[in-house]
Amino acid sequence: MFAYCADPSTLQGFAWLTCYLTNGKHLIAYTSIGTVLLLLAITAPTALAFGFGGAIAARSRVAPVRWFGQGYTAIVRGVPDIVFFLFFVIALDQALEWLRHKALCPDWDEPIRQGSDFVVCTAAKLPLSASPQWVHEVYGFLLAVLTFAIVFGAFAANVLYGAMRAVPTAQIETAEAYGMTERQSIWRILVPQMWVYALPGLSNLWMILVKATPLLFLLGVEDIVYWARELGGTKGVIFEYPHPDWRLYYFLALLVFYLSLTQFSEVVLRRLSVKLSRGQATFAGERQRKATT
Amino acid sequence: MECFDTIAAYAFRSIGYGERLLPRSDFTLCQQITLIGSGMLWNIYFGALALMAGFFLATALALGKAAKTPLIRKPSEWFIFLFRGSPLFIQFFLAYEAFVLLPKEGIEIFGITADTRWLTKAWAGALVVLFLNTSAYAAEIFYGALRSVPKGDLEAADAYGISGWSRFRRIVWPTMMRLGWPGYTNEAIFLFHATTLVFFSSFPAWQQRGDALYYAKYFADKTFNPFVPYPIVAAYFILLTLIVIWVFGLINRHLNRHLPGRAKPIRYRPQMIR
Repeated sequence: MFAYCADPSTLQGFAWLTCYLTNGKHLIAYTSIGTVLLLLAITAPTALAFGFGGAIAARSRVAPVRWFGQGYTAIVRGVPDIVFFLFFVIALDQALEWLRHKALCPDWDEPIRQGSDFVVCTAAKLPLSASPQWVHEVYGFLLAVLTFAIVFGAFAANVLYGAMRAVPTAQIETAEAYGMTERQSIWRILVPQMWVYALPGLSNLWMILVKATPLLFLLGVEDIVYWARELGGTKGVIFEYPHPDWRLYYFLALLVFYLSLTQFSEVVLRRLSVKLSRGQATFAGERQRKATT
Repeated sequence: MECFDTIAAYAFRSIGYGERLLPRSDFTLCQQITLIGSGMLWNIYFGALALMAGFFLATALALGKAAKTPLIRKPSEWFIFLFRGSPLFIQFFLAYEAFVLLPKEGIEIFGITADTRWLTKAWAGALVVLFLNTSAYAAEIFYGALRSVPKGDLEAADAYGISGWSRFRRIVWPTMMRLGWPGYTNEAIFLFHATTLVFFSSFPAWQQRGDALYYAKYFADKTFNPFVPYPIVAAYFILLTLIVIWVFGLINRHLNRHLPGRAKPIRYRPQMIR
């Protein structure tokens, strides 16, 4: 990175540290912070969409749709989320490969499960074994994102379902009395008003999501936990920057990273809550009104 | 009949009794159910002990956070912030690395050598982390409950001349428990769920003695079929959750026994993962 870093063995103290922290491996590791933020940026809206669909389904008048919605929200109760993470990553992968196998190789006559193996034809492999490395990595990351979205979607569905029930029924009845269709009353009356009720639950969920991101490591993605273990391990003299076992310091840095992330989120969410309460017929909204007049 | 042999061989495999070798091929459903059930012993061990020990620290921390003097309040606030603001997974890694760095021959304190080796083992090291973690979460719940103790109760206590320790033990603490209990029930459930992380963080599963999820992953990796072992873990955990809700419901009824009308059943709201 810097010009004076050409020969690390001659460096001392602070200069050594700056060179060490900006060497090639570390620069790659810093991008993994981007991986975590990217996961959060993709998962949060996706999970919210899944949750919204689940909550709408759970309110449906059609029984099978309602059962599906309620089953989906009930799925995360009582079972540790990590079980779902481990399960969905393999299950989704196998389901996709099986579907492609059915579509691409119809004349394949051997069974798919042979003893301890899951065998599909070469054309159905996902990603194709000839694909470059980055395709495999992106595929793995997308599977992880989808898994997170499914699990957190169920949590979000729970929150949104409660929020929809908190919107006064009289408002919906008034909308229907004015001749709005069910769809119109949902989109014009229910959805705009439910957010203020959903916000406490959703902010809680966001905090949980932030704190669940290290689990990416278990799903085989090269995230910050992976790099902390990798870079912190003992480096012998054959390395450019030899050092003893520094994993403790790397994990301390991760701890500080997560603490600041949760703290920052808390500040933002508090402001959002103030903003959403404006003009609402709730305790917080009423207090705001009194404070201004 | 064959299944009885499997149960005899593997029912206590996770704590080191019975057959040493894990099954390697031709896995039967019986083997999977037995071994995963055997692993549940660890989940129950971690959850129950951390919960029991954490209860006392949580009460102390809640009182500390409500204290007037910043000398007590600030450390309590920081402790709670540290453990609630960071992922449990990172806490496990950090604690393990810290425990490994402790001198192997133990620490000399006033001439007595305190052995530190056991802290790097999961049974003690992970328990310490879970204990501190659940204390922080429960402390926040109890703190919220402490702040909601009705003013009238305290004034009545003052009027009767009850003060100090006896006011806390007879008025404040029972009410705090009563108000915080539903939240504490949820915390207990999440703690049991969090125990599945132990053997996926740095703590090694010595001689393949792991928890339920450890064995489930073993089977899933060997058979490459996630559709059998993970649902088994899920079923065990649903059962465990129901037992926890039942036990805590009994205590809840006991706490609310003096109130007119029966206590409302605790609503389980799964909204917390570390």
